[in-house]
Amino acid sequence: MELLAFGDTGWGDELFRATLMTIAVSITAMIIGFSFAAIFTPLKLSKYKSLNLVANIYTTVIRGVPELLVIYLFFFGGSGAIMFVASMFGYNDYIEINAFVTGSFAIGIISGAYSTEVFRGAIQSIDKGQFEAAKVLGLSKFIQFYKIIFPQMLRLAIPNLSNVWQITLKDTSLISVTGLVEIMRQSYIAAGSTRDPLFFYSFAAVLYLLLTFLSMKLINKLEVKYSRGY
Amino acid sequence: MDFELMVASFPKLLNAALITLKLLSVSLIIGLFIGLLFAILRLNKNIFINKFAYGYSYLFRGTPLLVQIFIIYFGLGQIEYLRSTVLWTVLKEPYWCAIIAFALNTGAYTSEILRSAFQTIKPGIIEAGKSLGIPNKIIFYKIQIPIAIRQSLPAYGNEIILMMKGTSLASTVTIMDLTGVAKYIISTTFKPIEVFIIAGGIYLFMTFIIHNVIKFLEKKYSFNS
Repeated sequence: MELLAFGDTGWGDELFRATLMTIAVSITAMIIGFSFAAIFTPLKLSKYKSLNLVANIYTTVIRGVPELLVIYLFFFGGSGAIMFVASMFGYNDYIEINAFVTGSFAIGIISGAYSTEVFRGAIQSIDKGQFEAAKVLGLSKFIQFYKIIFPQMLRLAIPNLSNVWQITLKDTSLISVTGLVEIMRQSYIAAGSTRDPLFFYSFAAVLYLLLTFLSMKLINKLEVKYSRGY
Repeated sequence: MDFELMVASFPKLLNAALITLKLLSVSLIIGLFIGLLFAILRLNKNIFINKFAYGYSYLFRGTPLLVQIFIIYFGLGQIEYLRSTVLWTVLKEPYWCAIIAFALNTGAYTSEILRSAFQTIKPGIIEAGKSLGIPNKIIFYKIQIPIAIRQSLPAYGNEIILMMKGTSLASTVTIMDLTGVAKYIISTTFKPIEVFIIAGGIYLFMTFIIHNVIKFLEKKYSFNS
């Protein structure tokens, strides 16, 4: 237990901060994922074949390639790509992107591919009559989506989005390879310096279980909220 | 684009893909047995057995695979007693540690897939077997298990693909699988995009094959034919 003490003698405060980092990366990645989904879901549902193809390539490649490989691509290629873009604007110094940004972006792109599929499925399972009724009422395109389609889509998507959240949360453990100090990395450091890997990795497992358990409780509440009237 | 590097690294990555496939197939076979065992335990009426099986699947589905590998590879070696038993000959090898972690992990997911498949079997089918005077054991092995396997094919196909992606974590415990070799080439040449295209292409090809094999099996064993 003294290994977990707060302060200089134990790893309690370090692990606490690492847990907050895991939560921060997961939420950032989820938001980045939603932005990707907001772009690619309309492309998936578009009537133009070429737009469908673009979205299908995104979801198929990301979901068919290991997360770790995507993270390595961003870790080794991220600053190179940014520097290439910057050099076109005449900026030639070395740019280093921070591990948090690289990590959340890599995980965000992965999570976005799963979210895209979830939103596509949700929109497709909304009753056709709803789209027609919205059109017949003469509402603007924006109001049609924002007031009629979106709330219904959300209700249908939440159960599957909770799966995406769980996947995203667990995927953040992989960012530890880039040196970002989240739960896994902190446990690795603690295990190395105390020579007690069994304890620290088991404790990391407990932390992840706690996070998944608590987020499930929260999501269940959301599900109830958005299912009002059904 | 450095096409020379792409051509040069292709055979190396292809060789590494064989290791990925080996890891995948061995852990899937062990995992299938674990999954079947725990699915049967989940259906047991005894509450302790039931809860034990549920706890197992909750534990392995709620924690990242990376944690599981690290506990088995770095953690178990710390137990002095374990080092003196025969088990140590297996546990000191990163290859077997990875396989144990993968098998336990996929076993947890497989048990959930099979459990829900068992539960969706219509009671009428089992009753029909009973009224024909078939012993319970035969009903289970010859009727329930084949139907459950057919039911769970689509979900199990997804699990195989997820597991194939999961084997990439073996590279974190020094195994040179497809991702391990890809990372090595990237970190020595600093050409991430070229290597990603080749390695990612090989992974996608394997996904494609698995997807189609499962589709073929689904058609072959569909109820209507």
